Amino acid sequence: MKEYNMILKEKAKKALHKKAAYGSDLELSASVSDQKEQPLESLDNLDKRIKEVSLLSGMITDETKRSGSFYQKGDSVIYEKVQEAYSGKVEIMKIEDALQKHSWLQEYWWQMVPVDMDKYTAQVELLGRGGYFIRILPGAKVDKPIQSCLLLDESGSSQRVHNIIVAEEGSQAQIITGCTVSPDIKNGFHLGVSEFYIKKGAELTFTMVHNWAEDFHVRPRTGILVEEDGSFINNYLLLQPVRSIQSYPRAVLAGKRSKVRFNTIVYGQGQSELDLGSLIELKGSGTTGDSISRALGTEQSNIIMRGRLKAYNNKARAHLECRGMLLSTEAVMDAIPELSVVGAPEADLTHEAAVGPVDEEAVEYLMSRGLKQDEAVSAILQGFMHTGIKGLPEILEETLSKIFSNMSEKVI
Amino acid sequence: MLEIIDLKVKAGQETILKGISLKIPKGETHILLGPNGSGKTTLLKVIMGMGSFQITGRILFDGEDITDLPLDERARRGIGIAMQKSPVVPEVTLGGLLEMIQEKHGNGKLEERIEALNCHYLLKRGVNENFSGGEMKRSEMLQLIAQNPKFVLVDEPESGVDLDNIVVIGEALKSLLKPPREIDKSRSALVITHTGRIMEYLNADKGYVLVGGQIVCSGNPWDLFEEVNKHGFEGCLTCGRCSHEGV
Ligand SMILES: Nc1ncnc2c1ncn2[C@@H]1O[C@H](COP(=O)(O)OP(=O)(O)O)[C@@H](O)[C@H]1O
Ligand SMILES: [Mg+2]
Repeated sequence: MKEYNMILKEKAKKALHKKAAYGSDLELSASVSDQKEQPLESLDNLDKRIKEVSLLSGMITDETKRSGSFYQKGDSVIYEKVQEAYSGKVEIMKIEDALQKHSWLQEYWWQMVPVDMDKYTAQVELLGRGGYFIRILPGAKVDKPIQSCLLLDESGSSQRVHNIIVAEEGSQAQIITGCTVSPDIKNGFHLGVSEFYIKKGAELTFTMVHNWAEDFHVRPRTGILVEEDGSFINNYLLLQPVRSIQSYPRAVLAGKRSKVRFNTIVYGQGQSELDLGSLIELKGSGTTGDSISRALGTEQSNIIMRGRLKAYNNKARAHLECRGMLLSTEAVMDAIPELSVVGAPEADLTHEAAVGPVDEEAVEYLMSRGLKQDEAVSAILQGFMHTGIKGLPEILEETLSKIFSNMSEKVI
Repeated sequence: MLEIIDLKVKAGQETILKGISLKIPKGETHILLGPNGSGKTTLLKVIMGMGSFQITGRILFDGEDITDLPLDERARRGIGIAMQKSPVVPEVTLGGLLEMIQEKHGNGKLEERIEALNCHYLLKRGVNENFSGGEMKRSEMLQLIAQNPKFVLVDEPESGVDLDNIVVIGEALKSLLKPPREIDKSRSALVITHTGRIMEYLNADKGYVLVGGQIVCSGNPWDLFEEVNKHGFEGCLTCGRCSHEGV
């Protein structure tokens, strides 16, 4: 094990200056804050302003509606708890503790994301602190969402976390996770490695809400392995300004009949540079994948929606859909769908990409029913963003419609 | 209720309406006939305030000059339209739109009307998204009813619709325009019909024939329709029986 760690560190060191395949190249500081945060007794003790930003990213303080919670502030994990009714069903803990507790976890560590992928994964390996380990135990049906929040505030403007999520055989769960910053923080960066293991017959819905700040750079690195009959739904929402974010999760459908669905909803504003996409590798027989993105480009935002489906099996089917609306003459949007079939002539891959304006005739039509112009546009925009989301946990709908209505107020 | 005075409408270089004048008093339903391309739809759109046309002349509604009033203001004053062909709005569900209309105009409960117009199964779909001709017209009627307008513009409610649906749409239109005593009786309407079939459901008071952007004939709607059936629209240009002076 020590040896394995040595090898990882060596690889990481060599990759410390390796540029990423996509996204603008960042000069990262290598400083790590030494500030330690006090653990929280209860989520209720969070500062009021922090509560508000946490809520916007889906984290609620009323834990009766959650099966468990994880909270990390800067480099310190300040809260981790599994509700009593779910003990024996769910494990939630700081990644370092999990590595201590479960020696087998070593086999999941840097398996779905290569440690030397680029300078960002390298930094996470060499300077990383915290991140969560969430495990849903075999056969557990977890009816209330597990929630997590990664927050950055004055205590340090950078975060490098490594998360591992294991959905054991036959388990069912949903995780809502928010990444956010306290209201007065403006710049910094977040590097997050997440590795997902969806075991035989397991079903996991993972919803991630990102709320960053204008001068923030974000580089998530995500890998997902889905075994036989497993199903993974990934909802990603980015509704606040950010300086740059580049993310390209890779899902490997290894097992027969395994499934994945990516729903991506992006609202580009300010000078945000957003480069988002996903790669689905269909290896098992009967595997299906869907990758659906909706993007709204306003102000000077620059959005790239990527998506790649790669089929290795004749009995694989997947669909890719990128749709964007551009609301500003200064915004830029690129939709780049890619299909690739490797030695599987019967695989069925399709894609659809469209970038267009808000349909004026539709706006006029709604106005003829008495809606004001801004109401009509907002109804169309909200609907446009919303139609992308399928399989979204019902419990999130309320939070989301709140975000959506705030959003359309700003658009008009 | 509605008065149009010497309305001329151009789209780009093309003149579509060449001086239309008409008056529709409170509680009356008037019918507009005319060949394809004669400007019927344009007239309705211009009354509603839709499209981008160059307009001269005046449109008065309840005594107020609404010629320059924005579209949504006209809707809030009580003008409603059922379009010949309405756009697809995949982003907004029919149910969602009805809710918004209800919020604006608050026309009581819609349940019965949804039932009568057989629209239940359409509520969760995007407005007009893959709707058949009949579904589109039924949804238009339902929206109009929810909107509860004082003045109704209806553009070819029977086009692209099978006989069963004509009955459903006709009955809905009938109840909207000539409702049983207890409901507001003062609604007026201007209805475009191509086939005349919808007239069986309307107690129409007057009709016009529009040819080449001009009203060439007006009078009893049934008589007009018979004339047109016998001699075609061309006949209207030459018959000389009715004087459309001062219609
Ligand atoms: N926006 C427009 N721009 C240019 N021409 C138009 C426009 N709208 C309608 N027209 C033209 O005006 C004429 C009348 O159209 P329309 O009012 O739809 O006729 P109708 O409903 O009687 O069939 C047609 O020749 C049509 O092509
Ligand atoms: Mg027409």
